[in-house]
Amino acid sequence: MRLSSGTKLLLPFLAVMTVFFMAPLCIALGYSFMAPDPMGGVKPAFSLSGYQQFLYSADLDGNLQWDTRYLEIIFGSTKLAVMATLACLLIGFPMAWFMATRPAHQRDAWMILITIPFWTNLLIRTYAWILILRSNGLVNRGLLETGIIDAPLELLYNPYAVGMGLVYSYLPFMILPIYSSLERMDWRLVEAAQDLYATRLRILWHVVLPASVPGIVGGTILVFIPTIGSFLAANLLGGGRNMMLGNLIENQFGMARNWPFGAAISVLLIAFVMIGLMLIARRGQGLKGVVG
Amino acid sequence: MSDRLVIQSVTKFFGSAQNPVRAVDDLSLNVRENEFFTLLGPSGCGKTTLLRLIAGLESCDTGKILLDGVDIAGLPANKRPVNTVFQSYALFPHMTVADNIGFGMSMQGKDAKDIEKATADALALMRMENFGARYPSELSGGQQQRVALARALVNRPKILLLDESLSALDYKLRKDMQIELKRLQRETEITFIFVTHDQEEALSMSDRIAVMERGRIGQLGTPQEIYHRPVSRYVADFIGICNFVAAPSLGLSESGHIGFRPEDATLLIREGQQPDVAGPIVHGKLDALSYHGAVTYYQVTLDSGETVTVADHEKLPVGVDARVRVALLPDMLIRCAS
Amino acid sequence: MKANPKNMPGFGLVTWLGLAFLYLPIFAVIAFSFNSGRLVTVWEGFSFEWYPRALGNHDLQRATMNSLIVAVGATFIGTVIALAAALALHGGGVPKPVKTASYTMMALPLLVPEIVIAVTTMAFFAAINLRLGLINVLIAHIVFCIPFAYAPIRARIATIPKSMSEAAKDLYADEWQAFRHVTLPLLTPGIFSGALLAFITSLDDFIITLMVAPPGASTLPVEIYSKVKRGITPEINAAASMLLAFSIFIVLLSYIINRKKVI
Repeated sequence: MRLSSGTKLLLPFLAVMTVFFMAPLCIALGYSFMAPDPMGGVKPAFSLSGYQQFLYSADLDGNLQWDTRYLEIIFGSTKLAVMATLACLLIGFPMAWFMATRPAHQRDAWMILITIPFWTNLLIRTYAWILILRSNGLVNRGLLETGIIDAPLELLYNPYAVGMGLVYSYLPFMILPIYSSLERMDWRLVEAAQDLYATRLRILWHVVLPASVPGIVGGTILVFIPTIGSFLAANLLGGGRNMMLGNLIENQFGMARNWPFGAAISVLLIAFVMIGLMLIARRGQGLKGVVG
Repeated sequence: MSDRLVIQSVTKFFGSAQNPVRAVDDLSLNVRENEFFTLLGPSGCGKTTLLRLIAGLESCDTGKILLDGVDIAGLPANKRPVNTVFQSYALFPHMTVADNIGFGMSMQGKDAKDIEKATADALALMRMENFGARYPSELSGGQQQRVALARALVNRPKILLLDESLSALDYKLRKDMQIELKRLQRETEITFIFVTHDQEEALSMSDRIAVMERGRIGQLGTPQEIYHRPVSRYVADFIGICNFVAAPSLGLSESGHIGFRPEDATLLIREGQQPDVAGPIVHGKLDALSYHGAVTYYQVTLDSGETVTVADHEKLPVGVDARVRVALLPDMLIRCAS
Repeated sequence: MKANPKNMPGFGLVTWLGLAFLYLPIFAVIAFSFNSGRLVTVWEGFSFEWYPRALGNHDLQRATMNSLIVAVGATFIGTVIALAAALALHGGGVPKPVKTASYTMMALPLLVPEIVIAVTTMAFFAAINLRLGLINVLIAHIVFCIPFAYAPIRARIATIPKSMSEAAKDLYADEWQAFRHVTLPLLTPGIFSGALLAFITSLDDFIITLMVAPPGASTLPVEIYSKVKRGITPEINAAASMLLAFSIFIVLLSYIINRKKVI
């Protein structure tokens, strides 16, 4: 078959992405069906142990026992991800609204202000919260010195700190898609609705919310997926106790040396991504708001 | 005059394989040396596609395109000695006016000195000597238009193609450019093929006009032939206003419809008034009149129920609903296929 | 007169608080990098001393060097690949299924959680026994740099009228000359903007590098992470502040470049 010149230009991209992105994902899928090698890596034999471990643990004799430890972690991190996503929506929607209703020149400035954190180092921005929240950190010192509290509060290393870190990390992912839907909305509709004696709440519910649904769907997916798979917030602010799936995966490929289980969790996350992609595709909301 | 360009049975399909659309349909024509030739038609008639086929920006599915006797249908755009003035001008925004004009020669590997001289000459021809260092964004629409012309003409193409080139200009500027284009064509002695949907523009500028209709040529001829001897009702309607009434309504013993232009009829408002030239006279009632300065249009409903428009240089002392007669110039009647 | 329904009560307050929330940690790190005391969060006076110290730290120097090598290499290769892909996907001639697959592969690195990309790439390198030190890191970075470089280039291409390259070809330019003299210069702002975004994305990446980098190939964020794990020092804050400032500078540059319109 003769390739058109356009397709030839696409070849480097296809080659790089196929070999160094798709192939690794496929290998992970394969590994999830193999047995773990205690030295790291996998034994090349078919095994469902990677998936069994979601529900069972094997004792020294190889007998399977019902074990909810991992299920609890999955449930816990899903719960935290849902809460963080909701919080992002609650904070992000008013922010997107406010930005979208500014005059055009101010909107550009707001866009830049919101995207700068997105483009700066997440590791640094996350560890900064340690400076702010730890027992002799900014918040505690402020509260102590003003006499509001007598002893430092334990603000770090609990699920709330992790949740806050998640909201902090992914808030721009919620604001930007909603903002781009609201910016495209015809605000004359709002004026028309008001002219017809609609209250603010009714305008919000009947006019603005329907117009922002694509943004809300896109934002929710763009926040939920990286949140549930996140690593840094729990690693730095959770003190190792409040794991997200990302930490669990890292653990399986690191300390725990259980690659098949780690691969199985990765497959689970990729399944989330695929569902998200399909939802985004159906809503016709691109990734432009986030990337471009 | 010999033929510069001969187009033989050219067809161009667009659309999918299942549902092909013939943008240009088995079309043949010839354009002479040093001719101002116009492709005229409504949007979607295939005139721009035909122009792009000549330029080499589209390739034809069948047929030949002979330039000075050589078939160029297989050549890519950059190998054809023709240049185009695009509808949007397509000036390169990152280059100065001089670099834009010199682009074609530079791509042909011409000597830098020659390019400089030719560019200066082209700017002089356009009366834009002081604009060489400017960027297109710093020019007005009319100036951009002239730069686009200079950029094409400087290459001394065998044919200059102009795609709706005046449509972006306002009315007065367009009139000036029409005169300017005619001057350029005379001075450069280059064959111009001009695409437009504006019949007035086509009539005033062209040596010959091809009126296009759904990918084919409806009529090819001089402006006078096209205007006074349209071969079809489509052509007659497209070029100016044309009245069509059934032949019996005019008292003629033939079948079919007879056409006439508003200015080829006289409105008789007085009883017993006689026209200067004897011809068919029909009765009717004045419906409306609209004053346009140099001419006044009178809309008349004939007793047969048909409506016609008559033009007169004078504002006649007559009111709406008056009984009138319409006298036709017998030599100017248009008999064509409907 | 009725109140403007666009102004919802409290939304402005939420926005300003949200903005403060987003920037508080950035300011905290920068502020404490100027603290003269060793005890990081106890303010003991203004000092510049941690900056020379951070700059003189050999681990940080080596890590910065690695970061720059990887970022420059991944940006260059990633941007070239993204440019080619953008040109291919914009023009005709690519079969529909290939197009769909390409768009999916362009979106996936942005959607799949980083940790998954990190471990799968690590496992892949182990499986094919690829042990090239910094080259491993470079390859991993090229993959996620491509989509970031692609987006602004693609957006730019869409703004260039088709008549530009047609005019070039009408004026005797062949395919390559039309690209070289007309399309490429017009695309330059998009290419720059995409390259800058790819550059900071590579420079800021932490998790993928953490998993993929063999010993000795760690980048600045990975070095900062391992030091943070041992305790935050003003020196780290200084290094972190410089990285933050550099990123912010590059984002702003990217915005300014991309703002220029084609016509």
